[in-house]
Amino acid sequence: MTDSSAVLVLLTVISAATPLLFAALGELITEKSGVLNLGVEGMMLAGAVAAFAVAVTTGSSTLGVFAGALAGAILAFAFGVLTLTLAANQVATGLALTIFGIGLSALVGAGFVGIAVTPLPKLAIPGVSDLPVIGSLVFGHDALVYLSIVATVAVAWFLKKTRGGMILRAVGESDLSAHSIGYDVIGVRYRAVVFGGAMSGLGGAFLSLAYTPMWAEEMTAGRGWIALALVVFASWRPWRVLFGAYLFGGVTILQLYLQGAGGLDIPSQVMSMLPYLATILVLTVIAAGPWKGRLDAPACLGRPFRPST
Amino acid sequence: MKYDLTRRKFVIGTAATAGALTLAGPRAFAADPLKVGFVYVGPIGDYGWTHGHELGREAVVHKFGDKVKTTYVENVAEGPDAERVIRQLASSGHGLIFTTSFGFMNPTIRVAKQFRKVKFEHATGYQTAPNVAVYNARFHEGRSICGAIAGHVSKSGIVGYIASFPIPEVVMGINAFTLAAQKVRPDIKVKVVWINSWYDPGKEGDGAKTLIDQGADIVCQHTDSPAPLQTAEARGVHGFGQASDMKAYAPKAQLTAILDDWSGYYVQRVQDVLDGKWKSHNIWWGLKEGMVKMSPYGDAVPEKARKDADAIRDGIIAGTVHPFAGPIKNQEGKVVVAEGKSMSDEELQKMDWYVQGVEA
Repeated sequence: MTDSSAVLVLLTVISAATPLLFAALGELITEKSGVLNLGVEGMMLAGAVAAFAVAVTTGSSTLGVFAGALAGAILAFAFGVLTLTLAANQVATGLALTIFGIGLSALVGAGFVGIAVTPLPKLAIPGVSDLPVIGSLVFGHDALVYLSIVATVAVAWFLKKTRGGMILRAVGESDLSAHSIGYDVIGVRYRAVVFGGAMSGLGGAFLSLAYTPMWAEEMTAGRGWIALALVVFASWRPWRVLFGAYLFGGVTILQLYLQGAGGLDIPSQVMSMLPYLATILVLTVIAAGPWKGRLDAPACLGRPFRPST
Repeated sequence: MKYDLTRRKFVIGTAATAGALTLAGPRAFAADPLKVGFVYVGPIGDYGWTHGHELGREAVVHKFGDKVKTTYVENVAEGPDAERVIRQLASSGHGLIFTTSFGFMNPTIRVAKQFRKVKFEHATGYQTAPNVAVYNARFHEGRSICGAIAGHVSKSGIVGYIASFPIPEVVMGINAFTLAAQKVRPDIKVKVVWINSWYDPGKEGDGAKTLIDQGADIVCQHTDSPAPLQTAEARGVHGFGQASDMKAYAPKAQLTAILDDWSGYYVQRVQDVLDGKWKSHNIWWGLKEGMVKMSPYGDAVPEKARKDADAIRDGIIAGTVHPFAGPIKNQEGKVVVAEGKSMSDEELQKMDWYVQGVEA
């Protein structure tokens, strides 16, 4: 199978974007409920190490994926206990969660350094996957790549079309009103936080099982922070998260590609800045452009909820 | 930011003991074991640079047993924080301290001025003092061997090179590799991609993917994770391990790996201190002294390549082969090192230009 280089670049972009997409979608739901969890990086690492450890010990990458999501969810639950039940400061707790996740994953992962695991199988459909261009671009990824797209659709649908989504948004926009008409603010936020953790865990699982099938300390290398930025970048809209993740992945890969292709006399350091410059540029355009600064941050974002009753 | 926790834990954990020991005086009794400290820039589980130094420490423990007591501090950020950790070790009775990253140079020199009786060993730097020795390894010798093998194995004639930062050490490696590869295959091209990080598995892997997409069938790396080699394995091309034998990640793809072996040096220097013979020096050891080693050749290395590689290794050890022997042309095609001449160590350590055939 020979594909044009454009197709090959796109394939790499898809795998670079997927972990960001998972983590950012999870954080989107968390933030929509009014909770700011800065622990994405830590939860991704927990997911990555759990997924890898379980996949290696049981030999099943499917179990590994579940373990990754579960590990992320457990860390997120701990975050929930601290910030929702005990009303601790969300920013400080989130940062602590990241640092905790880095340390915990390094400790758990110490015994798994230097081991290789079979990457997640690609879901090839005989015949279809061999089609030129479309075959490899649309078909022939591993299950997690499709799951990330399905998750985008599901999150968008949930937020816009379902009663649960409306309640979630209400809780994030005005916790006191939601509370006064009888919604369980803390309960909704717990579910949103745990969902966010599970999605970060899936992003981590994708890293350690599919993207670079191995475990190495701090292998997320800052992707959790990028996912956090993507949520703002996307002004809390799922489809824009998808776009942002692929844009970010695309610019990252493109700069590597251009370096290899040669003939472009731009210092590599400038090229490395490109993805971040693109992020800042888009943020500025959103803030100053025709949308007139409608970033649409949930009104209660980061505020602890203490019912007065 | 990411390394802060481990370091702080250490500092807090030992602050009390250290304070007490400083008051008690630098060295208690002659019969005490020699305390040897190691300062690492990364985690010992990085399967690369720091892991190699940790193996050196283990060799010291294994060799001297009760006669030494070793301490290591991992994840120490380069800069002012390193100074605190080094001072901590110096003031808590350590007689010999290895600081194992380039960025620890200035902190090491500063602390050494205050602790004249403590011996310091700084890896990869260039500043010495009466109580600070400098040691480094000639990794580019290993790159020469890799280059020759790549020249034989590559079918497309394109090599992809994942590089970290454009510093002399890395540039030297790219050039040594390219020169050796050209001897086997004059038209070989080395495409360099800078990822501006020593360690980012995802990005290293992406770099490898894009290079392979651009026709490279050999992936060489000067970054620390096994990701590029693993990508090579997944795509059915070949590559070289970095700092550790990475065969577990790439049983088919790994042609050989450049190994750092600090254990011989560490054992010798500890022995020197125990014997009272320690002196400051600036050494740059390579294949000859065993500081640089190659892992066994992979199955994909043909007989002819093995012969060539062995010849280069034996020649370097015997002193008959120089990785930077002329004629060497720069990017403009100008001969910068004439035939019959070779570059001096000093010139190498300042290298900031590419030889012909490198596309960076």
